[in-house]
Amino acid sequence: MSGNTAAVSANLAPAEARTPEARVAGAMRGFAQEIGALSAFRLESCIHCGICADGCHFYIATEDPQYTPIWKVEPFKQAYKRESSAFAPLFRLLGLKREVTADQLAHWQHLLFDSCNMCGRCSLICPMGIDVAALIEQARHAMFEAGLAPQELYLKAAHQRETGQPEARAEPYRDKLVAIGTQFGVEIPLDEPEAELMLCVPRTDIEHYPKAVAALARVMRHLNVSHTFRSDGLVAENYGYFAGGKSWQRDISRRLIEQAIACKAKILIVPECGHAYSALRWEAADLYGKPLPFKVRSVTEFLAEELQAGRLKLGAAGVGVTTFHDPCQLVRKGGINDAPRALMKAMGIDLHELKNHGGFSFCCGGGGGVLDIERAAPLRYRTMENKLREVDDTGARTFLTSCSDCRRTFDDAQTHFNSDKTPHSLLELVADNLIAAEGRP
Amino acid sequence: MDLLSFARGAGLKFALAVFCVGVVWRIVAFALLRIRRDLNEPRASMLKSLGGGLLAVGTRSWPHPEFIGRTGAGEALGYSYHLGLFAVVLLFGPHITFFGSLFGLTWPALPSSVITVISVLTFTLFLAVLFRRVTHPVLRMLSNFDDYFSWFITMLVIVTGLAATAHIGGPYETLLGLHILSFDALLVWFPFGKLMHAFYIFPSRAINGSLLARKGAIS
Repeated sequence: MSGNTAAVSANLAPAEARTPEARVAGAMRGFAQEIGALSAFRLESCIHCGICADGCHFYIATEDPQYTPIWKVEPFKQAYKRESSAFAPLFRLLGLKREVTADQLAHWQHLLFDSCNMCGRCSLICPMGIDVAALIEQARHAMFEAGLAPQELYLKAAHQRETGQPEARAEPYRDKLVAIGTQFGVEIPLDEPEAELMLCVPRTDIEHYPKAVAALARVMRHLNVSHTFRSDGLVAENYGYFAGGKSWQRDISRRLIEQAIACKAKILIVPECGHAYSALRWEAADLYGKPLPFKVRSVTEFLAEELQAGRLKLGAAGVGVTTFHDPCQLVRKGGINDAPRALMKAMGIDLHELKNHGGFSFCCGGGGGVLDIERAAPLRYRTMENKLREVDDTGARTFLTSCSDCRRTFDDAQTHFNSDKTPHSLLELVADNLIAAEGRP
Repeated sequence: MDLLSFARGAGLKFALAVFCVGVVWRIVAFALLRIRRDLNEPRASMLKSLGGGLLAVGTRSWPHPEFIGRTGAGEALGYSYHLGLFAVVLLFGPHITFFGSLFGLTWPALPSSVITVISVLTFTLFLAVLFRRVTHPVLRMLSNFDDYFSWFITMLVIVTGLAATAHIGGPYETLLGLHILSFDALLVWFPFGKLMHAFYIFPSRAINGSLLARKGAIS
């Protein structure tokens, strides 16, 4: 079996000097907490047909069988069958399922974190209908409990849980946000006691794409709807989600939830950030323990709704032939397929779709925290080759997406491959082409 | 008691009992685990979600066009031998008589010559399936005892059935006894291994399809 166990063992979460036995016990405890009827059914339903491999860009790029999606949960399938399945005593008695070992888990860190974006393409191809990506997310929870979350993700998650932002910065994000408003000449409503919409921002945008932050504020201002950012609930990303720390994910989500409640928001707007959308839209209420008293909407779908309602008017963008990368968490796993296309159509964009688009789009390769894992870069670039080929094949002059992490991944690849395709933000394009609706200034 | 009498008498009764209890236990075991309620606001109504689930039962039967180039051949092989097995099991005259004795229900059969052709084809496809499993790097890596034993026991039923029909390898009664005995063995193994997918496949597709439809996502 190929892999990088040596690299893996050097990349454990800090403060995790555990014995191998304690590590395995932690993983098994973490996974046992996850096993409900649904995940057990998913594990039992696998017929080892291997078709999920053909949905995964890591396998397609490398033809390395270890990247077969269902194989990425093998230790946990093994543990489930041995410990909790209907005939677990029989499996143990006949030795059909061996005990999971610490070495096995250490190797699987590479498979569960470096080589999986949790993009869900495998879940779409499985003839048994198994949501493999959901199983991988649960396996990440177990790895976190075993102290096997990659260091980069673990540290950012710990910092975000503690302080609200994933990294210490000389200039806190709150101050950076205010500075962005000044730089781009746009009002940044901050800590308003009440607002219809609460906005948050991707850390990626604050650090790398300040124009996207300004675009978000500009569009909301244009729509003349009351909105606010909140100092104590500013960052959209959830590194707890990436690292597999379920309780940390809950704590990080709760920060935003409590701020939205505090300002009596009707809608929490998730900016262009795919996984932040998944964490808040499809998982936050479960972790919070009750339905959220407000709606969660992606900025893309919110703007498309405003467009449909006639409150948002857009002019021709004039960007020539354009192609669009569908962020997995928003489109395949989130169902936001039509909204970006409606916005592009309203701007008169000549959209040339990628060969694999919509729900079938290939991930950018950076999702699921992979972009943050330094050692994963070579593998990520291999998956990117196929994606960039698809982009080139469209003949597009402009390349858009609606997720800042995807954009950052493409930016990084552009440098690595010396590509001429610069990814741009759909939100920024919308902000650049606003037309005053009737009765509005 | 001769082999045939045992196979179709006590042996069959035992096998059916193991099959029924085992299958029910495998399904009940899920119900003993907790079922979490999804508290997140759905995008689609419950009716649409259920509809999406039902739709997925059909749409997952064949790969989406985006995937077919990579998976079409493997899936065609898989479905072909399944169809062959269904035809032989359900449309061969003596099998229908057997089911009639169990359930009191019979239906028209295919001519024996057609069944023979289908059986030989199914046998060949089954060999191809094994060849693919041991030569394809992904399948070889994923495969375990369950995969090979389930293949072996199903193949045993096919081979003994072909031998009994063609009267090759011994007296007809002995061959028929071995055929029914191998079927008994398959029934006993059924609840313990991957053959259970016969019960899981449609609910699994429906559940995933329904959960994706709840989010407004394609399935």
